[in-house]
Amino acid sequence: MRKPWREQLSRWWAMPVTRALLAFLLMLAIGCLFNADGAFFRWSVHRDTMRQVSVYGILACGMTVVIITAGIDLSVSSLLALAAVLFAWFTLPHGWPAILAIPLVFLAGTVLGSVSGALVAQLGIQPFIVTLAMMVFARGLAKVISGGQKVTNYVTDTDGSTRLIEHPPIYEMIDSRILGGNISIVTIVFLLCVLVTSTVLAHLRLGRHIYAVGGNKEGARLSGVPVKRTLIAAYALSGFFSAVAGICQAAQETHGDPETGMAYELDAIAMVVIGGTTLAGGKGSVVLTLIGVLTIGYLQKILSLNAAPEATRLMLTGAIIICAVWFQRGRKSARSKPK
Amino acid sequence: MTTSPLVTMRGIRKSFGPVEVLHGVDFTVEAGEVHVLAGENGAGKSTLINVLCGVFDDFAGELQVFGRPERFAGPLDAARAGIATIHQELSLVPSMSVSDNLFLGRETTGQYGTVDFSFQESEAARVLSEMGLEIAPGRLVEELPIASQQLLEIARALARDARVIIFDEPTSALSEHEVEFLFGRIRELRSRGRGIVYITHKMEEIYLLADRITVLRDGRLVGSATREELPPSELVRWMVGRELAEEQAADRTLSDDPALEVSDLRVAHPELWDRFLVDGVSFTLRSGEIVGLAGLQGSGTSDLLHALFGALGGRVSGDVRLHGQPFEIKDPLDSVEHGLVLLTNDRKALGLAPEMEVVHNASLASLVRFCGFLGWVRREQEHDAVEHLTREFNLSAPSLHAPVRTLSGGNQQKVYLARCLLTEPSVLLLDEPTRGVDVGAKADIYRLMRDWVAHGISILLITSEMEELLLLSDRILVMYRGRIAAEFDRAEASKDGVLAAAMGHANTGAPGEAT
Repeated sequence: MRKPWREQLSRWWAMPVTRALLAFLLMLAIGCLFNADGAFFRWSVHRDTMRQVSVYGILACGMTVVIITAGIDLSVSSLLALAAVLFAWFTLPHGWPAILAIPLVFLAGTVLGSVSGALVAQLGIQPFIVTLAMMVFARGLAKVISGGQKVTNYVTDTDGSTRLIEHPPIYEMIDSRILGGNISIVTIVFLLCVLVTSTVLAHLRLGRHIYAVGGNKEGARLSGVPVKRTLIAAYALSGFFSAVAGICQAAQETHGDPETGMAYELDAIAMVVIGGTTLAGGKGSVVLTLIGVLTIGYLQKILSLNAAPEATRLMLTGAIIICAVWFQRGRKSARSKPK
Repeated sequence: MTTSPLVTMRGIRKSFGPVEVLHGVDFTVEAGEVHVLAGENGAGKSTLINVLCGVFDDFAGELQVFGRPERFAGPLDAARAGIATIHQELSLVPSMSVSDNLFLGRETTGQYGTVDFSFQESEAARVLSEMGLEIAPGRLVEELPIASQQLLEIARALARDARVIIFDEPTSALSEHEVEFLFGRIRELRSRGRGIVYITHKMEEIYLLADRITVLRDGRLVGSATREELPPSELVRWMVGRELAEEQAADRTLSDDPALEVSDLRVAHPELWDRFLVDGVSFTLRSGEIVGLAGLQGSGTSDLLHALFGALGGRVSGDVRLHGQPFEIKDPLDSVEHGLVLLTNDRKALGLAPEMEVVHNASLASLVRFCGFLGWVRREQEHDAVEHLTREFNLSAPSLHAPVRTLSGGNQQKVYLARCLLTEPSVLLLDEPTRGVDVGAKADIYRLMRDWVAHGISILLITSEMEELLLLSDRILVMYRGRIAAEFDRAEASKDGVLAAAMGHANTGAPGEAT
């Protein structure tokens, strides 16, 4: 006879959210332990952690959607760079207003994302290959547009003379903080992205189709799910979020760098997976990803507060990714053995 | 010239968990004979063969191979001992060459531990020419037609010097003259003293090949006889066994409204352009009628359902009318919208998404009913609809929000049925609706089906269980090799008649012969 509270406990324990949260709380406990002479207890540290993970987190939102369809999107970092370059190029040398530039950048990200999706859905090429190609292509496109250099406020006129122009206010705005300087705008943008993704996944028909396609593609097709459209939408969403992240990146760096965001896609994948969304597809959620983003963000923060050298930081991050994922799946694989 | 048999099996018992599926079966294979193993689906043929070829080692009873008691540790072990199995699914590596495949797992190495490819190629050429196969050893397996691949599999068995060769329904993917070629090779093997075990459903093949026939039923040995001793009618009786208790004879009066009219439907084979999986099938399904489709594996019944549902794309031709209106088969989405829904015979691979919760799995095909602006799902309405239906189904689940993989097989099947039913279909295409379902759930599903037809839903039903077919169908169409070989009314349908027709032995009372 098991007591009800034990049953309740074991049910909680089996939930991915519980395990992701535990991993995160463990990370916070480690932070309290190695608090770098109390630095970890200052609010500004947490505010900065949140700001620093935001761009990664926005990418991770799109990555979650794609991974749930049993795919992967390696092109997010390049699309981010392309978006950053486009945004800077529109607003600095061209001097277009933000209200025009932002939708255009969103459009570019979404279109390139849906191209990936269409290649995956229509031609049946593996997502890894398609998005690898898109990653290379978009990086090249960013370099073509920027002429291989950072797009800054140092503008060359048609007569060859150069001059320095003022950044439009949108840069300042995105890079600022509100609520008495307690929370960054990029963090707000990140949380909005989480909200949008969670709405799509939990409340819209599209979300159901995304889970169904990832969980059983043929089963979904035979139930009348438009599999191809669903896949295109998933990659388009990821492209859109990459564009959002790119604009934030450009605003924070105050220029559009075609080399920016190198290897961010790997961080984004790690954040999704640490949260508990599996690469096999069909399960997971963006709330889990939010926890994964924070876990990795705090890990980085704690290491840098304690002045761990770069090399140590990388090695520890790798080890902790494995531990966290193993922790996530330990019980499940033990239970699904008999078969 | 009777010597000791190559294989002797005595009193073989095998259980899966608490369920015993073989109850003490005897089986022998002599040198130089073709021994056909016959029986209905689920009679225990495959289990027996898997015991012989080393897939299972946890059986009771005695297995002697070449006079020595054996208990193989795995298929590889059995293969080394000289027992080769040619399965329906081929075990070749498509992207490797013919000779590489022939020597897979026992590559000949030269001086430096490297593979001696030139020796392998010449040896492969020798084996192939011995079999009368004109295949270049250097070609990739994936470039060969299926038939050649199958023959290659046999060549591989010979290259391993197998003395007992087991064929598990080898002809289901072959054309007529490929079958002839294969039979020629089999007879040759027999004359060279090999022992052949041949599993088939096809009456014609049994009487073309067999020296001896052994029949299993429900995991028991019915008998073993030479071909001459066992005429076809007797063989069918052996396979069918006990008479079916007549239940639910209540005749229903059916309306004459046609729900689904199909004429001259054809489905092309995906690879062989000159073969049709469904070859000119015509029939009418009336509203509120259950038409049972009988047919053995490879007869085209499943393909027919998939074709009608639009799951096969451009390989389908023919005229279909739905409730009197011309219906152009497009894709599954379109069919669902027109009230035509398919339940496949494989809920795992072709049906449910295991990690999604019960409600989401059940509502997947009918989400549009619960959607508002921008595809916003009205979750309460959805939950209520699923809950209402699953209560009717006697579904037992830890929670309607639990992942569907946590349910038992029978309950998963109910969720799958609920997915079909929630679309409010007018024609249900059910392919093995009770597969892997326990007795209680089966009774529930029968009750539900009767309920649905009473509400005017029409059902096209495939089932490999004869009792179920006879119990539920108002009419039975029997398919053989892609055509309708016989039609039975409820009153005149008998187990023997249906089975004989399904095996291509059509002279047992088959009135409405359709071509």
